[in-house]
Amino acid sequence: MTSLALHGVGVSYGRARALEPFTDTVRPGEWLCLIGPNGAGKSSLLRAIAGLVPHDGKILVDGAPLSLRSSRRRAALVAHVPQSPLLPDDMSAFDYVLLGRNPYVGHFGTESRHDRDMVRRVLGRLDLERFAGRHLGTLSGGERQRIVIARALAQEAPIMLLDEPTSALDIGHQQQALELVDSLRREHGFTVVSAMHDLTLAGLYSDRLALLHQGHCVASGEASTVLRAETLSEFYGVSVSVHHEPDGTVVVVPRRSPGV
Amino acid sequence: MSAAIDDRRSWWLPAASVVLAAAFLFGAMIGPAGPVWWRVPLELLDRLPFVSIDSGASVVQSEVLWQIRMPRVVLAAIVGAMLSLAGASYQGVFRNPLVDPYLLGVAAGAGLGATVVIVAGRSTTNSWPIDPLPLAAFVGGLVAVLLTYTVGAAFGAARASATLVLAGVAVTSLATAVQTFLLQRNTDVVRQVYSWILGRLSAATWHDVRLVLPYVLVSSAVLVAHRRLLDVLRVGEDEASTLGARVDRIRITVVVAATLGTSAVVSVSGLIGFVGIVVPHLVRLLAGASYRRLLPLTVLLGAAFLIVADVPGRMLTNPSETPIGVVTAFLGAPFFILVLRSRQAAVR
Repeated sequence: MTSLALHGVGVSYGRARALEPFTDTVRPGEWLCLIGPNGAGKSSLLRAIAGLVPHDGKILVDGAPLSLRSSRRRAALVAHVPQSPLLPDDMSAFDYVLLGRNPYVGHFGTESRHDRDMVRRVLGRLDLERFAGRHLGTLSGGERQRIVIARALAQEAPIMLLDEPTSALDIGHQQQALELVDSLRREHGFTVVSAMHDLTLAGLYSDRLALLHQGHCVASGEASTVLRAETLSEFYGVSVSVHHEPDGTVVVVPRRSPGV
Repeated sequence: MSAAIDDRRSWWLPAASVVLAAAFLFGAMIGPAGPVWWRVPLELLDRLPFVSIDSGASVVQSEVLWQIRMPRVVLAAIVGAMLSLAGASYQGVFRNPLVDPYLLGVAAGAGLGATVVIVAGRSTTNSWPIDPLPLAAFVGGLVAVLLTYTVGAAFGAARASATLVLAGVAVTSLATAVQTFLLQRNTDVVRQVYSWILGRLSAATWHDVRLVLPYVLVSSAVLVAHRRLLDVLRVGEDEASTLGARVDRIRITVVVAATLGTSAVVSVSGLIGFVGIVVPHLVRLLAGASYRRLLPLTVLLGAAFLIVADVPGRMLTNPSETPIGVVTAFLGAPFFILVLRSRQAAVR
């Protein structure tokens, strides 16, 4: 199991500051969920960890700086499921998941039998075997989402970054996808950092929440401490009521302001 | 599941090889002079080691076959394979189904480079140990493609197909304008340059084959070695890099290799358009869009395509030939329109 330490990680696009220095340590096997309104810096943080945008500060994986790793080694440590992945319509699901093996294949090499077996196992684990030969363009939204998660799994990286993994899914498929990530996390001991909009789901599945607002981390901790009506109304500018179920689940329900 | 995919790959390569062999034989058998068509296979067999067959062709006919027709067929194969492979590679690396060596301005840039050498005087360069023509074409082609890419990336998202193609059009116009200016100042070489611009395989000699072969071999080896990485690039720059691919390095290597090969063949065969678009798209229709299948198949079928496309040019307006560039444009322009129409369904 692998820990992820973020020391003052900040991101700027030109002169615009997207993320103020962010410091946190994600324990091995922990699921940290980033919440916050659009433009709060959630994706920027995930993209910085994935090595897609330049950042300041330091990102350490098991104590070693990620920036010193080769691009292939980095991909073997961190898998990134983007918000809107690009799925070539005419690529088969098997070939797509096989791309996840790229970090383990030499520059001009081809995938070994082990790589192909690995992909078959991942497809089997996610109940996707029957889609292996299908073109991505023929799959439904839920199937595509699972195929993308399968690619990240085939990457065998101990840290998984999920950017809005369920935004395109209906409530049933949302739950399915998150259950899947959670069971895989428990099975393999992944460390997960995700960004999510649905606050109830975020609290339900993650161990810890970090609330970002305009690039600043304004609250962090367990769901019951972060998901409070006054906090949410301050940073989201919404009126919500927060219910605590007997099993500890925190439910966030939007409320219409009186008189509207 | 994947067994089906593997089977398809192993089936297509032999099939494409058979098509190439048939095209080769067809190209060798047909022509205004030389032996009767059925004597040609016998002549070819006779040249194999340990085989001796009397084809019945006269010495002159045999010479026509071996010194005129064969180098032409071989050169057509090399040029066709290279242009198709370069087209498919550019399409992969720019993730844009519409680009080919011509639309990116590579051909015009290479043409300009070659024109400069011709204008400077071929007689002075004849004694040089290395022929500067392919090198000048390479420099011209590389400058043009870099210019196209810079302009295209500056004024549109890297993914906007139209911007890149329009930038290519602008660069092509600029290179052509400079070329025209040079020709106006040097009217004595106009004929030489123009017959070259229109595309010619008619004057092909074994010397031409030897001249381009090293460049084409190096370029093809590099490009075909990148076939798996081009598949990784199909998910876009960001995702490819989170999968551990070094996108910039791959892009530069592939562009330089494709430009080197294109420029080398352009420097001997002139401008032969549309091959780099027609062949890769046909292969995609037949065998799918994976670059692992696409690149090897475009080499074989591109070679076959240009050998066959060269035949009507030989026969149509005998004795004055129809330039091959005219034939491929005649076939390619309507095809390009089809690709435009179906480009949503084509590669993405």
